[in-house]
Amino acid sequence: MNPNQPSKEPLLKIENLKKHFTVKSGGYFNKKKKVIKAVDDVSFTIYKGETLGLVGESGCGKSTLGRNILRLQEPSGGKVYFNDRNILTYKNRELRKLRKQMQIIYQDPFSSLNPRFTIGQVIGEMYDIHGFAKGAEKENRVKEMLELVGLDPSRNTSFPHEFSGGQRQRVGIARALALNPEFIVADEPVSALDVSVQSQVLNLLMKLKKDLGLTMLFIAHGLNVVRHISDRVGVMYLGKIVELSETDNIFDSPAHPYTAALLSTVPEVDPRLKKERIILKGEVPSPASPPSGCTFRTRCPLAKERCKAEVPGLTEVRTNHFVSCHYPLEDGQTLKEVIVSRGSVNS
Amino acid sequence: MEVSTQSTIQADVKTQVKNKKSTLLSRLRENRVTYLSLWFLVLIHIVVFLGPFLWTVNPEDLQQAGALAGWSLQHPFGTDDLGRDVFARMLTGGRVTLVVGLGAMLCSLLIGTVIGACAGFMGKVVEAVLMRLTEAMMAIPTFFFVLVALTVIGTSPLMVVLVIAFSSWMEIARVVYGETLKWKQYEFVEAANASGATPFRILTRYIIPQIIPSIIVAGTLTIAGAILTESAISYLGLGIQPPTATWGNMLQNSQQYIWTAPILGVLPGIAITVVVLAYNFLGDGLRDALDPKFVKK
Repeated sequence: MNPNQPSKEPLLKIENLKKHFTVKSGGYFNKKKKVIKAVDDVSFTIYKGETLGLVGESGCGKSTLGRNILRLQEPSGGKVYFNDRNILTYKNRELRKLRKQMQIIYQDPFSSLNPRFTIGQVIGEMYDIHGFAKGAEKENRVKEMLELVGLDPSRNTSFPHEFSGGQRQRVGIARALALNPEFIVADEPVSALDVSVQSQVLNLLMKLKKDLGLTMLFIAHGLNVVRHISDRVGVMYLGKIVELSETDNIFDSPAHPYTAALLSTVPEVDPRLKKERIILKGEVPSPASPPSGCTFRTRCPLAKERCKAEVPGLTEVRTNHFVSCHYPLEDGQTLKEVIVSRGSVNS
Repeated sequence: MEVSTQSTIQADVKTQVKNKKSTLLSRLRENRVTYLSLWFLVLIHIVVFLGPFLWTVNPEDLQQAGALAGWSLQHPFGTDDLGRDVFARMLTGGRVTLVVGLGAMLCSLLIGTVIGACAGFMGKVVEAVLMRLTEAMMAIPTFFFVLVALTVIGTSPLMVVLVIAFSSWMEIARVVYGETLKWKQYEFVEAANASGATPFRILTRYIIPQIIPSIIVAGTLTIAGAILTESAISYLGLGIQPPTATWGNMLQNSQQYIWTAPILGVLPGIAITVVVLAYNFLGDGLRDALDPKFVKK
């Protein structure tokens, strides 16, 4: 088997994961409780060695999902199997030991590093916490990590504010990789960076993934970034995964109208290639009072009566292509064609 | 030519390294008032703590010069109403006053930091209980509390320190509480949690170091406040009791002689004011100097 190809051995299995926030409103005598379903009944599997991209608009719950998988927030329900063990049942001590196997890379390289630590301390802290290395050995390892992410190892005594955003993000990556984790959540690792630096950091992540055989959940809101790095892509909308498949499937023949509409707005490099953009109407509904049935139906150009009544489940419409939609697009169809052929239902 | 360029570069590198590892002291030097205050306080503490070993006149003995004597070589500041050497009393009195101030500050920092950090970090019930306690303590008039407590448990210097500390930790607790709430939301704190750090480690290595500048500023204000409180209760005669001198009770004794021997009141008054002021300046400068983003002007 080609080692760069993801295996079909699951590393992480997420079943019916939920994260609900209760929001209190109203006065003292007239309390109203609202439940916001930030992550609502999400199930998927991440296989060893693969990068799963997760895209969605801001506020759709993709970062919350990442944090709940790592138990940085406590999920409201569901199961997360890591190497076949449900980590949601772990007690604090067990959980802390598990931490070295799963790490996170943050979006904001400015608030994710302790401003009073040198970057050597930031990375060395990982070895201190788990008692891996001390003294000179620790320093050597820190320098190795800095070299691995393309930083000058002699700068290990500099403070984070002496680095640029891209360099800080490299420090963040070095910290996450310091203990050789199996699984990494990259929470929009490049969206706070300049475009020119974005590609450098992306290439670094891809190289590291290849060299170290990392498994990654790559969260982003830009489709082009995700296409570059992911083996499979999941699309989230209002706390649910609406489509999940191999990257090429998603980009070449999306089945969910939401994915299709998003893709139609990605600018093409070739100016002669004209494409029909489909601009979605309205805004994302408030997660505190989501629409009945399919949550996307209020903005869907293809919505029918059935979408109001029934919640669509995530079903496999083609091989390895999961979609939660009552009327998914056929292979090769574009959204525009379907809108024309079905007639304007929701005009 | 080449050699000289080389050496300039080396010199540059050297200064850069020096700047990077600039000590707290060199950072303090940037602000003239702070630096002056620092050295003034160092001086005052040396004088007050070492002075009585050199100026061996017993501050409690009656001198031959008699009461309310003017300045002379034997008694640089003259004598007080009972004929005791004012200079010796200033030295030993300063010792007591400064020790009470420092001690009260340390105790109230300890109480305030522990309570504020625990409340902010742990949240939920702990937060509710500790912060309500803090607010309840703040609702009690400080001065009344101090007077009642001293009347009940006595007026030894240790008790004065503890009572002042117990009456002044609330502000610090609230500052630390607010800062803890702020810093615990930062991603690097979550990152520490994601790395498997224990809550104790997160609190002591990630959150409290961020708060130290605020604690120091609060601490210097507390020291100033403690010196003032001690002076005030001594002035009312409820603080540390004569014959032990403090700047506060020297002030009390002097009030009847404010026209005949003004130096008796002016001296401790100036000492209290200047020391309190210097502590405030020092705290202000320390806050800037402890900022890791400190840039040399």
